[in-house]
Amino acid sequence: MFVVARAELHAPKQEIALLANALNLLVPMSTNDGEFHGPSIDEFFPGALLFEDTAFEINRIMLVRFVAVAALLLVFWLGTRHLRVVPGRFQSLIEMGLDLVRVNIAEDLLGKKDGRRFLPILTTMFFMILFMNITGVIPFLNIAGTSVIGVPLVLAIVAYITFIYAGVKKSPKNFFKNSLFPSGVPWPVYIIVTPIELISTFIIRPITLTLRLMMNMIVGHLLLVLFFAATQFFVFSLGGWWTLVGAGTFAFGLAFTLFEILVAVLQAYVFALLTAVYIQLAVAEEH
Amino acid sequence: MLHAVLSAATEGGETHSPVIPEFYDILWSSVCFVIILIFFWKYVLPRVQKMLDERGEAIEGNIAKADEAQRKAEAALEQYTAQLADARAEAGAIRETAREDGKKIVAEAKDAAVSEAARVTASAQAQIEAERQSALVSLRSEVGTIAIDLASGVIGESLTDDQKAQAVVDRFLADLEASEKAAAGETK
Repeated sequence: MFVVARAELHAPKQEIALLANALNLLVPMSTNDGEFHGPSIDEFFPGALLFEDTAFEINRIMLVRFVAVAALLLVFWLGTRHLRVVPGRFQSLIEMGLDLVRVNIAEDLLGKKDGRRFLPILTTMFFMILFMNITGVIPFLNIAGTSVIGVPLVLAIVAYITFIYAGVKKSPKNFFKNSLFPSGVPWPVYIIVTPIELISTFIIRPITLTLRLMMNMIVGHLLLVLFFAATQFFVFSLGGWWTLVGAGTFAFGLAFTLFEILVAVLQAYVFALLTAVYIQLAVAEEH
Repeated sequence: MLHAVLSAATEGGETHSPVIPEFYDILWSSVCFVIILIFFWKYVLPRVQKMLDERGEAIEGNIAKADEAQRKAEAALEQYTAQLADARAEAGAIRETAREDGKKIVAEAKDAAVSEAARVTASAQAQIEAERQSALVSLRSEVGTIAIDLASGVIGESLTDDQKAQAVVDRFLADLEASEKAAAGETK
């Protein structure tokens, strides 16, 4: 998983290109045929349900997020209400989830002490993203709470503030020196390296965190909608032999539903892991 | 290009860009984040940490307890073995003493019996001797009287003269003893 995360570090451009391609494909479809309702970007901006045009506007996706938050609180409240030294089945499952963050992300990267310091932030990120991602494949919710920029952006800003805070708290001099003037480089190279490091550390990082998560969820949703809308179209609008094609698109839809579950977990993991990596780089003495 | 695509996709309606956040979006996202953060920070993680600490202590405590029990058992075994050895030694000593005492008692009893027997024998002999002496004395006087009476009768004269009578008796008895001795010497 770590290798994937490392690859993801440099993947935002690919993802943007992927999104553009996906949308290119979709645009003619959605306008072509009156009967075929392909997915469009408007799905991520449904009409307001409450408080329209105010700062507190609530639409369907906000509701989906609330449902995800409620589910998260319920699961962890039930799971940690009566913690026992010898765990039962449900508690084991909860512990497994928490241990994934605590051991595999926080303690592995940051060590025991710093790991414990930043554990609340990392745990919150992981489970908030996981629960809001997974709504993308849950029937009747069918859209990821993270597929609108708010959550990814807020979490990326949190990650950004956290790693800068961690670095500055530890040693401002070391933090900026390590971030902007990597050691082992002859000084004239700094003319090129320092602006690059500045941009990559302080500008690109939060943007990639935001876009990677959001684009993954948008594209996943669009793909699912595309496959199931096509199935609907082939089976019920065209019928006949086209039903076979519809069966094919349905199979793809099913496969991508499973894939989306993987992506939901993976993106949550990647986001928390990268945040931990950024904190670790910020508090490192030398790298 | 992305923007071109997006505007094409949303042609006709309001233009939405997925990368431009709405204010309410940020607001509700922040609310969700803060709720979950506080929930994990103040409720879930401290409880889990406490439970993990307890679990660690329980495991360490059990190991310590097991060590303690093992140690106690070993000590008890050692003590028991030592006590057993002591008891054996003591039993041996007691047996030995008893044997000695028995021997001593038997010996004492034997000595006591022997001395008692000797004493009884000695007293019996003394008594016999005394009886014999008294018998001898009384016999002598009686035999003297009878003999003198007899002799008086035989010779017709009274041996009234005590001095004479005594001499006669003594001679008679001496003769008698002599003859008895002779007889005894023959029978031996």
